[in-house]
Amino acid sequence: MARMKFLCDADRCIECNACVTACKNEHEVPWGINRRRVVTINDGLPGERSVSMACMHCTDAPCASVCPVDCFYTTADAVVLHSKDLCIGCGYCFYACPFGAPQYPKVGNFGSRGKMDKCTYCAGGPEADMTMAEYEKYGANRLAEGKLPLCAEMCSTKALLAGDGEIIAEIYRERVTTRGYGSGAWGWQTAYQETINV
Amino acid sequence: MLVKRKSGQAGRSRLQSAVAGLASATLDRRSFLKRSGLAVGGLAAAGTLGAGTVRKAAAGPMMEGVEVDIRKNICTHCSVGCTVTAEVQNGVWTGQEPSWNSPINRGTHCAKGASVRELVHGDRRLKYPMKRQNGEWVRISWDDAFSEIGQKLVELRENSGADSVYWLGSAKFSNEGSYLCRKLAAFWGTNSVDHQARICHSTTVAGVANTWGYGAMTNSYNDIRNSKTVIFMGSNAAEAHPVSLQHILSGKEQQQANVFVFDPRFTRTAAHATEYVRMRSGTDIAVIWGIMHHIFANGWEDQDFIDARVFGMDEVRAECEKWTPERVENVTGIPGEQLRRVAETFATQKPATFIWCMGGTQHTVGTANVRAYCNLLLATGNVGKAGTGANIFRGHCNVQGATDLGLDISNLPLYYGLTEGGWRHWSRVWEVDYDYFVSRFDEVPAKAGREARTREQNMQTPGIPSTRWFDATLLDAEEVDQRDNLKAMIVLGHGGNTVPRQPEVKAGLEALELLVVVDPHPTSFASLHARPDGTYLLPAATQFECNGSRTCSNRSIQWYEKIVDPIFESATDYWIMYRLAQELGFAEEMFKNIEMVEGKFGPEPSAESLLREINRGGWSTGYCGQSPERLKAHMANQDKFDLVTLRAPADAPDVGGDFYGLPWPCWGTPEVRHPGTHILYNSEVHVMDGGGNFRPRFGLERDGVTLLAEGTSSVGAELDDGYPEFTMAVLRELGWDGDLTAEELSQIERQGGDDVDAVSWSTDLSGGIQRVVMEHGCVPFGNGKARAVAWNLPDPVPQHREPIYTPRPDLVAEFPTRDDAREFRVPNIGHTVQQAAIDKGIPESFPIVLTSGRLVEYEGGGEETRSNRWLAELQQDMFVEINPADAAERGITDGGWVWVTGPENDSRARVKALVTERVGKGAAFMPFHFAGWYQGESQRGNYPEGTDPIVLGEMVNQITTYGYDPVTGMHEGKATLCQIEAA
Repeated sequence: MARMKFLCDADRCIECNACVTACKNEHEVPWGINRRRVVTINDGLPGERSVSMACMHCTDAPCASVCPVDCFYTTADAVVLHSKDLCIGCGYCFYACPFGAPQYPKVGNFGSRGKMDKCTYCAGGPEADMTMAEYEKYGANRLAEGKLPLCAEMCSTKALLAGDGEIIAEIYRERVTTRGYGSGAWGWQTAYQETINV
Repeated sequence: MLVKRKSGQAGRSRLQSAVAGLASATLDRRSFLKRSGLAVGGLAAAGTLGAGTVRKAAAGPMMEGVEVDIRKNICTHCSVGCTVTAEVQNGVWTGQEPSWNSPINRGTHCAKGASVRELVHGDRRLKYPMKRQNGEWVRISWDDAFSEIGQKLVELRENSGADSVYWLGSAKFSNEGSYLCRKLAAFWGTNSVDHQARICHSTTVAGVANTWGYGAMTNSYNDIRNSKTVIFMGSNAAEAHPVSLQHILSGKEQQQANVFVFDPRFTRTAAHATEYVRMRSGTDIAVIWGIMHHIFANGWEDQDFIDARVFGMDEVRAECEKWTPERVENVTGIPGEQLRRVAETFATQKPATFIWCMGGTQHTVGTANVRAYCNLLLATGNVGKAGTGANIFRGHCNVQGATDLGLDISNLPLYYGLTEGGWRHWSRVWEVDYDYFVSRFDEVPAKAGREARTREQNMQTPGIPSTRWFDATLLDAEEVDQRDNLKAMIVLGHGGNTVPRQPEVKAGLEALELLVVVDPHPTSFASLHARPDGTYLLPAATQFECNGSRTCSNRSIQWYEKIVDPIFESATDYWIMYRLAQELGFAEEMFKNIEMVEGKFGPEPSAESLLREINRGGWSTGYCGQSPERLKAHMANQDKFDLVTLRAPADAPDVGGDFYGLPWPCWGTPEVRHPGTHILYNSEVHVMDGGGNFRPRFGLERDGVTLLAEGTSSVGAELDDGYPEFTMAVLRELGWDGDLTAEELSQIERQGGDDVDAVSWSTDLSGGIQRVVMEHGCVPFGNGKARAVAWNLPDPVPQHREPIYTPRPDLVAEFPTRDDAREFRVPNIGHTVQQAAIDKGIPESFPIVLTSGRLVEYEGGGEETRSNRWLAELQQDMFVEINPADAAERGITDGGWVWVTGPENDSRARVKALVTERVGKGAAFMPFHFAGWYQGESQRGNYPEGTDPIVLGEMVNQITTYGYDPVTGMHEGKATLCQIEAA
């Protein structure tokens, strides 16, 4: 089985937001819900770097550990998914997530939260693959079609990589060796308890 | 605990029996690796692919069991030319997939390209024709719209002349649409026909064409992968052309390249440079002469290149001597040592390329800036080779094509001049009597001491630039050098908020008798004013709803197919222009050689046959070899083209040996199979491999010095020295006329009449001259020198001139703007304005330099992109970037509201403050995509219901000020003054 991961090469990311709108386009994500976003640090200063962020599909995902209704599960490809039928919108996962991935639609007048929504690695949810039922709750299931997440596929500078962890680590390693610099595989230590040594 | 889903096999295909064939195809290893973001080759052996990852492949969208059509189109935003792959079900665009095979974007997009599907869902689009009646928007039918508009146009023509109507076309047109719009203006009888190139790269086209022959990017985005040194000047490609950064950053990594960014702002592009150089807005010439000062002082110039291929460099050298490091630092703010480092790197770590955009072009000295950039390239021998060149990143998806097709006030299609020769050429192609066109133009009476013009003279006089149309409406009729003021604007696909002096634009709109907006969106042309009557909105389809070809910045031409039929009641540009021509009574003549096809609302001209007509007349620029069949073959075989050279292998079927998109010039008839020209002026290869040299178009000698190349010509040329352009006379002198076929000769003799010798490579409709010349290895336009000195332009050697509104009044005495003059039928009083500003103490009361630019999420005037919910969500507020020191002095906090005020028209704009070091102290930046607010008031109510963009905001161009380039009428969009205070 492949171990699916995301890797954002901050030395390539130009904050063009293609990953953000590609995600919106593919899954018809509503206004206000951001499964993916680009964060820029040192904005406007030398050393400015941008990183595209979404659910990293952690090994030993903290969201799953804190969920009171056990709605999370990890697929054989190591993609962390959840069931919106079980989710009660409690928000615990939001506090547990080191990447700010969980999103909640506001459903009531008192700021009450709806079912949690997050990046599915374009892998849908518990419903049968590639059905309307799955699409309406979780969006498209590209993985089941043999395709990778659209955000990474459409990344303008090929900064955001998705795929088997070993393959994308090798791509990144080769890049860093060629160019002689690299800010590291951002978020990998936190998400996967490993890093990429060059 | 939830039961884990099995993941070895897909549960079932989203698409059922109808696409069973597709669904059974498994992904091969190569395409999987491509999807992992892997560069071609190299790493193929590195990773192993888990068996479970390979699954059934199927197309993806969301109507279960409905057949999927795949259609390829091109992104309609910037000029990079990214292929868009659409999945269509039941006539609805349901999914967008990466376009892996395009050598330009290789699957990728930016925020805009990744969201284009939303454009044809279009809940904010204009849905049917409308007009304003007693202040209310009412729905009308297409037929009523055409007949009312047609009637009014005929009436205006009678009372005020053909020049009283302005035809403002679009860089969003296809090539065929652009050509049609220019042809329409010719039949109507005016040269006041323009498009976004005016405000984008008009000064580039003028400056570059006057230097070495053609006004276009010399190399390509892909070719920058070869560069060892890259300078960006006034270009923020990371936001304006994001996909180009894929090539640039890859190249930078692989070549260990030096990347310098010169800009008043530390841009997103600067963040990825090896060195950022902060400069003061509007001092480009001083910067370039400062760089060249070091080059000449240290002997880093390429003297062999200069001797063989450049005219007049000594005069430039003399000017550069005056620009000592101290003087340069005083004017530009850049330390001498930093410029020395840039100079040495650029001149010695070659190949080096120079990239510029609006930061260079939108100035009163725009054309001169461009020529200074070219001089830096010429002095260092960085033109005409891989990895070098003037890589001019154009702005809109077809601004290069629309420029080429003559959607311009001073050209006919393909740069044929407004001279008798130019008009006769197109009359011949169109098979319409030359005298017919003469009869369509106005006679211009003598006014205010100026001479009268006959119809024929008026036909040869450039029209009014799009930056000045409102002056032609508002000025006293005596001041406007045509029969009458401008009375009507026909705006097809053009934003209104993209030129300075918006308060005056508003007054101009209110003074018009007729305003017709043909656009998918109402634009600020419709919303800025409250004219109670005489405004029509006609819903045009986007280019995703029709087919045709577009030319990207690198001159590659891509054919695209319609994804869906025009939505709502919108219609294609082709049909709208055909119907207008019908209403105006010249459709039959205008379309006599054009094949009509059945469109949504009836017959409309076919894009293929329009392109064939362009091919028949496109000799001057090499638009003659790109037949629709060849272009379609390129789109079908995108995977055959090399990523860096853009060339297909010789044995590839249908496209063998071609460069991708047959970048112009693609000489000769399609049958000659010229491969197109990837790199302009490249004498290292044969002309039939895309070789060339500089174009001698300014005479054969000057001051006793030859203007032809010396001792050099392109590989394989039978003439090994400079040579002039080819005419029948030259062919006869060389004895090459015998190579013409009988058919070619008879065409040449027929069109030459009693002066067959004068028929040339650019007028010979048989293509014979080009064919024969290339068989002898020569370039049809000749082999000349580039000009370091353009003696026919103002400031033959570019001179630094302070912006009209300068923060440095102490420098104005030494570097004043040019004297007042009359250009393009209206006065250009920059000098008076500059003096008045200093006399009034403007630099003290408006101490902050204001510049403007793009955001990645929006494009152009922004109506379309601000109507796209996926983009609008990302930028919801108009803002001004201000330095923390300036903000602190003014009590301005990050995110707080501020008033930005300008020195003209009591202009003011209420926007949010973005406090950032991105701009230096004393500088501010505002994006130009916003409209729909005016001086603190929302104008949402001025839009017809349901067509208002999601995000509205103040226009930066109500703050920007007077100032026009003398050569092209380009506005000053990048250097003015403002004041900012907390609101």
